[in-house]
Amino acid sequence: MFGTGILKGLGVTFRHFVTTFIDDIKYLGKKRDLEVFQHKQSLANVGLVTVEYPDEKLAVPERFRFVPFLVTYNQDDPEYAGKDWCTSCGICAKVCPPQCIWIVRGTDPNTGRPKPEPEQFYIDTDICMNCGYCAEYCPFDAIKMDHNYELASYDRTTAHIHDKKRLSKEIRYWQSIAPTTAAEEMEARKGYDHTDVQKARKKAGLTPSRVGPTSDKAPEPEVVAAPAAAATAEAPAAPVAVQASPAPADKAVEAAATDKPPGPGNWVKRGKRWINLDAPAEVKKRSRGPGEE
Amino acid sequence: MSDQVQNPVLDASGVADALVQRFPDAVKKDTRKGYEGVIIDHHKLLEVAGAIRDDYGFNYLSSLTAVDYLGMGDHMEVVYHAFRVPTGGAPLVFKAQTDRVEPTIPSLVKVYPGADFQEREAYDLYGIYFPGHPNLKRILLWDGFEGHPMRKDWKEAYYEQEHKPFDSRWPGGNVFRGEEHNPFGHNVRYPAGFNLDNFTPQTEAQFQSEMSLGVDIMGDPAFTNERLLVNLGPHHPSTHGVFRMMVQLNGETIESLEPVMGYLHRNHEKIGERNTWFGNMPFTDRLDYLSSMGNNLGYALAVEKLLGSQVKIPYRAEVIRVLMAELTRITNHLWAIGFLLNDLGAFFTPALYCIQTREYILDFFEATAGSRMMCNYMRFGGVFKDLPERIRAEALLLNDKVRDMDTMQYLKDLITERIPRSIDELDEYLSDSEIIASRCIGVGVLPADVAIANSAAGPLLRASGVPYDLRRALPYSIYPELEFDVVTRPNGDLLDRYFVRLDEMRESVRILKQILPLLEKTKGESIFGGKTSYSIKAPAGESYGMVENPKGELGYYVVSDGGGNPWRYHVRAPSFINLTTLGLMAKGHKVADVVAILGGIDIVLGETDR
Ligand code: SF4
Ligand code: SF4
Repeated sequence: MFGTGILKGLGVTFRHFVTTFIDDIKYLGKKRDLEVFQHKQSLANVGLVTVEYPDEKLAVPERFRFVPFLVTYNQDDPEYAGKDWCTSCGICAKVCPPQCIWIVRGTDPNTGRPKPEPEQFYIDTDICMNCGYCAEYCPFDAIKMDHNYELASYDRTTAHIHDKKRLSKEIRYWQSIAPTTAAEEMEARKGYDHTDVQKARKKAGLTPSRVGPTSDKAPEPEVVAAPAAAATAEAPAAPVAVQASPAPADKAVEAAATDKPPGPGNWVKRGKRWINLDAPAEVKKRSRGPGEE
Repeated sequence: MSDQVQNPVLDASGVADALVQRFPDAVKKDTRKGYEGVIIDHHKLLEVAGAIRDDYGFNYLSSLTAVDYLGMGDHMEVVYHAFRVPTGGAPLVFKAQTDRVEPTIPSLVKVYPGADFQEREAYDLYGIYFPGHPNLKRILLWDGFEGHPMRKDWKEAYYEQEHKPFDSRWPGGNVFRGEEHNPFGHNVRYPAGFNLDNFTPQTEAQFQSEMSLGVDIMGDPAFTNERLLVNLGPHHPSTHGVFRMMVQLNGETIESLEPVMGYLHRNHEKIGERNTWFGNMPFTDRLDYLSSMGNNLGYALAVEKLLGSQVKIPYRAEVIRVLMAELTRITNHLWAIGFLLNDLGAFFTPALYCIQTREYILDFFEATAGSRMMCNYMRFGGVFKDLPERIRAEALLLNDKVRDMDTMQYLKDLITERIPRSIDELDEYLSDSEIIASRCIGVGVLPADVAIANSAAGPLLRASGVPYDLRRALPYSIYPELEFDVVTRPNGDLLDRYFVRLDEMRESVRILKQILPLLEKTKGESIFGGKTSYSIKAPAGESYGMVENPKGELGYYVVSDGGGNPWRYHVRAPSFINLTTLGLMAKGHKVADVVAILGGIDIVLGETDR
C-alpha cells in the first residue's frame, strides 16, 4: 500500500524520540553522573548521545594526539629538577612533515661546542598537523603529544608559535595523561631516568636509573608545589582513579583572579577577570556554577 | 571487439609483448630499471590505444598522469594505467613521451572518455597540450594562474628549498612565519598581459556565448524563453564542500552542467614531491578525510611495492589493516547515505542517526591511531601500533568525563551487534520509503558501458551493474582469504547507489566478523616489519598502488629517483574522476535533482581538489 514505507520510517523516528525521553525519566536528576554518562556513550545506548560540551567533555584516550609538548624532569625532582629531556638532536625537526619545528641547538659557552640540550625550541601550532611523528621518532621520549585541545587564543601572529617555555611540561604530566604508554616507555628505557642521564649515572658509579622521581641519596623528597607545576596541578602524580575532578582547583584560581593579577605570567583583564595568556587553557575555563544552570 | 575473444589469456605483460610485435615501429618496451609496460610513440598513440581497448580488452582507463623528467632525460611523460573491467587483473601500463618545451600528446578522450578531466589536470599542472581534447582548459587552478606548478622548475610563493627537511629548522632554528617573507598581496603572480579588472573566467565566457548571454535579451524577441545560467555553489550549503556547478537551465530542466572545482586545491602532489617518503602519510589523511585509513593503506601499498624486499608485512598487520579499511568503508557509507538524504531534503535526521553509529567507529580509531579522522596509522611495513588493551581515557580538562572499555569486547559488540543493528534500522527507515523511491528511481541513470568508458569507480560503477571491485579484481592484503561478495545493482540510478552502499556495509560486516577471530589468533604478534629509520630511501623505479576505497579505486602512482623524496607522487582520486559523469547524469533532470545526483556520486572535496 502506498505510504506504508513512510509510516515505517516515521516509526523509526518515533522510536528514537521516545527512547530519549525514557532515558531522561530513567536518569532523572542523575544526568551528569559518571555511570550515566558512560552508559550513554557506550554501545548499549539507544537514546540521545549528545555530550553537552563544555559542561561535560569526553576525556580523550591515551594515544590522542594534539600539538606536542616537551618533557622535562619534575620541578621538585631532588636531583635533576626541571632538566630538559630534549637533547636537541634534531630528529623531530627533520621528520616533521610540515616542518613546523625550529630548534636552536645549545652550545657550551666555554668551549663553543654543541651541547645536548636545546637553547630554544619552537613549534608553530598553526602549521602542526598533529601527526605524532615527532613523538614517534624522538629517541629520548622527550617530545610527546598533548591532550589539551583547548588552545584558542586571541592573536594568531604572536600566540601561536609556542616557545620552549610554553612547550615544556613535567614528566609527571605525561605520566598522568598516558599512564600505560609512559609505563611502557619506562620499561623500554629500563628505568625512570632519561637514557643519557642513566649513562652519566653509570659513569659516576650510581645505580643507572632510579625507580621514580626520588633521590637515591635523600629518600624522602620534599613535595613542593612549584609554580610551574600549577599547569599540571590537577594532574595527579600517579595514575589514579579515572575520575579526577579538577573543578575545585579551578574555582580557587578564579576566586584569586578577581582584582589583581595573581602572580607572574602574561596577564590581561577581560571584563572582571584576569586571564593569564601563558597559562594552559584549563585554568582559564569557568565552570557554570549551580546557580547559572 | 572480435579479437578480444582471440586473446583472452594474455595478461598485461603478454599484451605488452604482443603490442611490441604488432607495432614494431611505434611501441617499445620500457626497459628502465624498475619500470614496467610499454612506451608508445605519441604519433601513433591513438591507433595503439584503440587496439589496446578493442583488441586486448583493456577497456577502462583508470589513471592518466604526467611526469616531468627534468634532468633525467629532460622529457615529459604521460603515463596511462588501463584495466579490464569487469574481468580484473593487473593493469596495462603504457606511456607516451614528449618534449618539455611545447609538450604535445594527442588526446585519448575519443578512445577513453574517462581521460577528459585527467588530461585537463595534466594540462593545468604540467602544461601538456592534448590536441583533440574537446574542452582543454584549466581545471584545478584558475585562469589567472601563472605557470604550470607541477613542473619541476616551478617554484611556489613560499618556496624554501627543493626537499624537506629544510636546513633552516635545525640546528639554527630561526623561527619565522612563511607570510613574513612573502606577505599577502605579494605572493601571487599573474601571467603576462593578464588584467584582473576585466577578467571573465573561461568557463563562464564559454557558457555565456553558448547561451547567447551578454546580449540584451529583453530587447530581442528571439530570446524570450526560459533559459537561465545558474551557478550552484561554490558556497551552496547543499553541495558537498566548496564545489561549484554551472548549470544551464531551460525552465527547471538541466540542459548542460559543468563542474567547476579547485577551490580547495593546495597542490597536494607538489607538497608530496617536496616531502620525504613517509612524511606524505599524514598528508594522505587529508585527501578523502572521511576515509583516511583507506588513504593510508593505498599509499603504504604503493611505497611498499617500491621498497620490495626491504619490507615484510607481518600477518597481524595485514589483519589490522583490513579491519581498519572495512571499518572505514562503513563510516564512509554511513556518511554518504546520511547526506544523500540531506540532499533529498530530509534535513539531518537520517544523517544524524548515521553519524551516531559512525562515532563509535571513530572512537575506536581515536583510541588506536590517536585521531578520529586524521588517522596516520599505516606505516611502510605494518601499522603504527597494536590495538590498545583498553579504550580508556584520563581526565585532564575541566568537566572531562572518562570511559574505560576492553578493546576486543568493544570491537566484538560493535561488529556483531551495534553496526548490524544500525544498518538494519537504516534499511527499515529508508529503503521502503515512497518519497525516496519517487525521488531516486530513474534519476541520474548511468548505463554500464558509459560508466566503464568514463572511468567511474566504486559504488557508482557497481550500481550500474558492473561487478568490479579491486578487492577481488586485483586482490591486495589478505582479501583473497576472506569471504565476501561484490555487490552490484542493475539500474544505475540513485536508488541503486543507495542500495549498493547499504549492502556493501553488510559485506563489510561479514568481512569484519571473519577478522575478529584472526585478531584473537594473532594477538601479541609483531605489527611492523619495515625500517624504523627516520630517513628511508626508495630504490629507483615506479609503482602504482591501489585500493578499493569506499569511494572507488584510489591509486597512488609514485616514481622514485632513488632518493629520500618521491620524484613523482600522483593520486588517482576517485572523487575527482567520478565527477566526469556528473554532467551526463544530470542532463534532462530537474535542478532539484542535481544536488542529489552529486550526493549519489559521493565526493569529498579534499580529494577532488587535492
Ligand atoms: S627528537 Fe627528541 S631529543 Fe631530538 S630534538 Fe626532537 S625532542 Fe629533542
Ligand atoms: S605532530 Fe607532526 S606536525 Fe606537529 S610538530 Fe610533531 S611532527 Fe610536526
